[in-house]
Amino acid sequence: MRAYQRPMAGWWRRNPYYLRYMLREASCVFITAYAFVLLAGLWRLAQGKAPFERWLEGLAHPLPIAFHAAAALLVLYHAWTWFKVMPKTLPRVPVPDAAIVAAGLAASAVLSAAMLWAML
Amino acid sequence: MGDALKRSNKPIFWSLFGAGGMLSALIGPMLIFVTGIALPLGLVHLSYEQAAAFSAHVPGKLAILAVISLFLFHGLHRMYHSVHDFGIHVGAGLKALFHGVAFAGTLAAGALLLML
Repeated sequence: MRAYQRPMAGWWRRNPYYLRYMLREASCVFITAYAFVLLAGLWRLAQGKAPFERWLEGLAHPLPIAFHAAAALLVLYHAWTWFKVMPKTLPRVPVPDAAIVAAGLAASAVLSAAMLWAML
Repeated sequence: MGDALKRSNKPIFWSLFGAGGMLSALIGPMLIFVTGIALPLGLVHLSYEQAAAFSAHVPGKLAILAVISLFLFHGLHRMYHSVHDFGIHVGAGLKALFHGVAFAGTLAAGALLLML
């Protein structure tokens, strides 16, 4: 005899909230793949100038650019939710929740702007 | 020491997940945009000499290692939990595989950085 098991297949398609959750969770595949892209670049860099430049040229095809565009958007969505729940994930501090969220978003904006500035 | 007294490895992997999550939330979208979109489209430039110089000094090495390693531990930790969300039972073997891949990627990045 087997106990009843609630069917789980496709549960995340039944409700927009679950769909958003799964969309956000999809970013973990992209962030992992992106780390491997960087690792490949590091490997090519260690091999020398010509291999590194071939790695750079490889990034310029439509498929890698589409991958990075999707990755940037999903990781951005994940970052937004990461800071939104930060008042709950941080140890309790005597600061209003909205201030914690704002500080996280501001730190991200400042660091991102500084990084872009350094590359320009 | 009995099993009940054995310390859990959960805090270690959870800390690596959290550190990677924070790093990716702070700089992830812009870093992906810069290296994956702006660089190949020619909006920003990164020569071999600049990349080699960045990875030749210790702060540069640590920055590269932190990004690759923490992104891997963060992403693979969540992938391991997502497999559960799809209704697949995850045992110790699969957990070791996901964290092992992150660990192997960290070792590879560390070894390459020592060569640079």
